Order: sequence, then C-alpha cells, then structure tokens
Amino acid sequence: MPNLETDSKLVTDEYKYGFETLIQSDALPKGLNEDTIRAISAKKNEPQWMTDWRLKAYRRWQKMKEPRWADVTYPPIDYQDICYYSAPKRDGANAEAIDEEMARTFERLGVPLHERNALAGVAVDAVFDSVSVATTQKEKLAEMGVIFCSITEAIHQHPELVQKYLSSVVPVGDNFFAALNSAVFTDGSFVYVPKGLRCPIELSTYFRINAVDTGQFERTLIIADEGSYVSYIEGCTAPSRDRNQLHAAVVELIALEGAEIKYSTVQNWYAGDDEGRGGIYNFVTKRGHCRGRKSKISWTQVEVGSAITWKYPSVILEGDHSVGEFYSVAFTNKKMQADTGTKMIHVGANTRSTIVSKGISAGHSRNSYRGLVQILPSAANARNHTQCDSMLIGSTCSANTYPVIECENETAITEHEATTSKISEEQMFYIMSRGIDEESATSLVVNGFCRDVFKELPMEFSVEAIKLLEIKLEHSVG
Amino acid sequence: MSDADIKIVNLHARCEEKAILKGVNLTINQGEVHALMGPNGSGKSTLSNVIMGHPSYEVTEGEIWIKGQNIVEMEPDERARLGIFLAFQYPVAIPGVTVAKFLKSSTDATLGEKKKSATEFLKELRENMKFLEMNEAFLNRFLNDGFSGGEKKRMEILQMLMLKPCFAVMDETDSGLDIDALQVVSKGVNKLTGPEFSLLVITHYERILKHIKPDHLHVLIDGKIVMTGGPELVKELEEKGYDWIRQEFGQEVLV
Repeated sequence: MPNLETDSKLVTDEYKYGFETLIQSDALPKGLNEDTIRAISAKKNEPQWMTDWRLKAYRRWQKMKEPRWADVTYPPIDYQDICYYSAPKRDGANAEAIDEEMARTFERLGVPLHERNALAGVAVDAVFDSVSVATTQKEKLAEMGVIFCSITEAIHQHPELVQKYLSSVVPVGDNFFAALNSAVFTDGSFVYVPKGLRCPIELSTYFRINAVDTGQFERTLIIADEGSYVSYIEGCTAPSRDRNQLHAAVVELIALEGAEIKYSTVQNWYAGDDEGRGGIYNFVTKRGHCRGRKSKISWTQVEVGSAITWKYPSVILEGDHSVGEFYSVAFTNKKMQADTGTKMIHVGANTRSTIVSKGISAGHSRNSYRGLVQILPSAANARNHTQCDSMLIGSTCSANTYPVIECENETAITEHEATTSKISEEQMFYIMSRGIDEESATSLVVNGFCRDVFKELPMEFSVEAIKLLEIKLEHSVG
Repeated sequence: MSDADIKIVNLHARCEEKAILKGVNLTINQGEVHALMGPNGSGKSTLSNVIMGHPSYEVTEGEIWIKGQNIVEMEPDERARLGIFLAFQYPVAIPGVTVAKFLKSSTDATLGEKKKSATEFLKELRENMKFLEMNEAFLNRFLNDGFSGGEKKRMEILQMLMLKPCFAVMDETDSGLDIDALQVVSKGVNKLTGPEFSLLVITHYERILKHIKPDHLHVLIDGKIVMTGGPELVKELEEKGYDWIRQEFGQEVLV
C-alpha cells in the first residue's frame, strides 16, 4: 500500500481534536481562477447549469471587497495561496483501506460512521476536507421520504429541488464570502423533509478540515416542507496547525407553512496557540427564511473554537405569525477574536423573535456581539426580545456589543436587555468555601451563565457542550 | 490541646491597608459551642472571612490551627475539604446553577473518596430539606437567586447539614430572621452539635443563644477579644451594652 500511513498523531493535548490523518489526497493546485472552478465542477461531474452558476458567482466575487467592518483584525488573506479542493484519494486497490481510515478518524472524533455503531436516533453526514465521505441511516430516512445526503449527490439526484432553493435565501452576491463559497463550494449537506413529517431522527453533519492550506467551503441547504419538523446538528474540528486556514460556509434554511427547523452547532475549530499562531478563520453566512405562515426557525450555537469568527445566523420572518430564535454561547480565549450575533428581519405580521446571546471572554481575546432587529412597515404587532450578556474572565480580554434596532411599525414591541459582568470575587469565594476548586468554580459560574442557551440544545449535545466548555475553561483560570 | 481543637493565636489581619484584627486569641475545644459578640465594626465578620480564607483579607501575623495544621496559607476550597464551614451573613446568588447541582458538586468535592451515589445523595438531601421545613421545589431553583433573607439562611444551614463540617462559623445567621425561621435554623444547627463538631456563633442578639447554647462567650472590640465568660455573660451584655466593657478596658479598646 504505497504512500499511505495509517497513523495519526496528536499535536496538542489541550485541543484533543488536533491530530492529523495522514492520508493521500487528491487535490487541486493552490490558486483560484475560472479554470479552478471548472476543475472543481468537473471533479464532481456536475451538470452544466451548476458550472455556469459557479462561474457567475466567481465573476461577481471578483468585483467584491472583503468586509473589514467587523471588530476583528488579521493580516490580508492571499486567496491565491489556498487550495480549493482536497479529497481523500480513493483508487481501486486501496479504496477500502481509505474508507477504514476515514471511519477511524471520525470514530476518534466521536462520530461513528459504521451503521452497526451508529447512534440510535441520529443520522450523520461526515465531510472530510472538500467531500462528504459517508452518510448514515440513509435507507431508514428514505422510507419516510426524508432526503439527507451530500449536496453533491443532491445536485445529481434532486436537481429540481437544488435549483429551486439554492441561493434563494443567501443570494450569490450577498457578501464577499458567500460569493466565494458559491464559486468554489465543494460539499456539505442537503436535507428535504416532506410535508407533514416530524422527522424522528436527528440529522447531523460533522465537518473536518484535514489537509494543509486547504479551505473548506461547505454549502448546506435544508428545506422543511409544509407542517414538517427537523432537528439538525453540526459539529466541526480541525488539526492544530501553525498556519491559518479559511472556512467560509453558507447555510440556507427554508421553512414553509407551519414547518419548524431547529439548527444546532457546536463549533470547535482549532483556535490557534497561545501566541495567536494558526487557527481557523471562520467566515460563515447562515440564514433562515420563514417563508410560510406559522413557520419557525431556531438557531442554537456554541462557538468555542476558531482564531476568528465572523458569523451571524439570521432569520427572515416573512410568513405571518412566524417565529425566529437565536441562542448563542461564544467563548473566546487566548488571542481568539469573535464577532458574532444575528439578524432578525420582521416582514410578516405578528412575527416574533427571541435573541439570547452569552459571550464569555478570557485570556487576551476579543468577543463582540453584533445584532440587528429590523421591523419592516408590514410587520404589524411584531415582537422581539433580546437578552445579551457578556462575562469577562481576567483583565486582559474585552467584550463589546453592537445592537441595532430599526423599527418601522409603531405596533411592534422590541425589548433589549444587556449586561456585562466579571465573575465576582464574592461568587468565587462562596463556591470555593464549599470545597470546590477554582477551576470547577469558574466552570460552574460560566455554565450557570450559559444555561438559557444550553437548555435549547438536544439532550446529549447539551451534555457534550457543557463538557467541552469545561475543558476550554481549564486553561483560562489563574 | 488535641489536634481536634481549634486554636487561633495572635491573629492579625488587614483589608487593603486597614488593620482590622489586632491579635485575636481563641481556643475552641472539640465539641464546644462558642459565641462571639461585639459592636459593629469590631471585626467579627472579618474574623469569619479570615478563618475561611477570603482573598481580600491578608493575615499579617498569627496562626489558625485546625486538625494539627496552620491553615492561614490555604485556599478556601482546601479549608472546606479540611472540614471548615462558614455560614455566610450575605450569601451570594449563582444564577443558572440549581441548588441540587451546587450541593452535589460541593458534597462530591468535600467528601472526596467517600462521595455518595446520586440516589443516596438525593435521599439525604430530601431528608435534610424536610427537617428544615424547605419545599422540594428549592432543588430546582438557582442558588440564592431571588431568595428571601430567610430562605438564604436556611440554605446555608442546609449546606452545613450536607457537608457535615467539623468546625463551623455562623456569621450573624440570626440577623433578619423571624422567630419561626430562627427556630428552624437552630434546630438544624443542633442536629450537628455533638462531640465531633465545634461551632462559633457570631451574633448581635441573645435570642439565638437561647436556642443554640454556648459553652463560652467572647466579646470582640476593635479587633481583639477583650472579655471571655460563660453563658451568664450573655444576659449582662444584653442589659448593659458594650460601653461598660469599653470603660473597663480603658482607652486601649475605644474604637
């Protein structure tokens, strides 16, 4: 078996997902031009309409400027120094060995891909660098009429759905990173839940960046047809490397009349080392569209990784009586920078939105909440409640909030509450006086602070999130 | 003196630049209940905070011996694990952390190897809550968050019952309690008193000392214990106040 090592190495103890899978990959050379896009499209054997769509996006992107308004600083990104396509190489003889190695990598990340080990009640799509490597529980889902597959497969198998909904929520030219993603996206998940079905299985995608200097540009599209319900979970990790890597995803959610989509994320990309070297640039556009009456979209995110996060999962509340929710915990440490929040655009009458944001900064990090609540003239009786809390650990970090409320209908009611606090000496003393050590005491206070968000996560995921935050906090005290 | 006794020797402590304790000497033999009284600002709460290891107070001189160890350099959690407990005068709220979760974490931390299963723990917790006439709904409330004064004090005693310390300091636990609550709190404390448990009750009022009977009473004025007596001293203080002690001890103890 030439050129294939099956050993992985652990780069750092602190970030236990920091190992690299040594595997031969089939990659395009670095750089971006129309040929790169044609090559990606060709590798995926895409129909002409898809190639054209990508090229249009690329031409659009070329005319756009990288946004720099966020409260983050980083050196210029050389878009010609990035590899836009990398896939585990599978050629006849070693295909099976590769599949095993992939499965082992995901097992190690806590994501079982073999059907025999699969978690009951959860279906997983695993994305490794640029491609989806496995989707579990497909048959069971198919019986119910649920389509859950990689976006690549959807382009081939369900072109009518993809053509109808792709970029219908995040237009190609929405922003610089969305345009880039549209041009070069390689894989991601596709979900369609048929009318009236309450999907009993949690759908989950696990994203893993492995290759060096490779960007991950995933594209996720979820459609909940009338009266349906789906809960979708995504998790992300990457090896610890001393160079930055770009992750620019686009996620679009569409909820038709009476449908509900619950989207949960635990983002734990590599965040860089103590000096701020390396880590993922996480520049993501996530948007949901409550298209029908009484539809509901709920975003819950636990953001504990990435060197830089630029992410605003939003909801367009078009259907009357539709509901949008955003629950967020963003933890930054070391030299991490996060600029995250949401947009709630109220278009329909009697639309309601809730925003609960908890930012925790430690180390030398910078953590900003940026939010927009927009009530359009048509949104009679719209309501929004925003709760935006920041907590500081230590004295070298910072927290900022940039909330904007634009209200153009006088029957609307918006409420905004915000707090900034330090973990108080009195709280720490009180907890420690009960025998609990400093680290555990900090973690107790922080978990209490995040409770309103954690309780929105699916049960097992919530336990994971709490554990993850505890691990992250271990190195932030003292 | 046995290792089980508590011995405070020539204790000096300050907060920021202000000296507050100026040579406290106090020995509590194992199993004894001591009361500490004194006017406002005499250093009573400082003494309780220093015993527990509050980071804002600096011990500049002296020792505190418990179980054969001088604890002045220990962290608060180490002291708690040694068996020291402080019932706070003003317990702080920990939003988002339920009473059940907090008590499980603290009992697990203090009991170490001997920690109980969740079932045993809950059984014991429920019994103690019943004993303190607390509603079970407390278990899912956030610790001290929105609690009334009386509820907070009961919660302190509940924690004391669960952690079973060998030495407890009660910092004005009786302040602001009505008669019924005072009785419940006292009942809880008396459940623990015995040969294995030493107690220091800090108070302004004699009434709690009718429920929790001290073996000895000390008067703290200007950072020093200036008078020590038996239970009979309680009545004298209640009637005459502190001025006569100040006069007796002259200029030296005037605040």
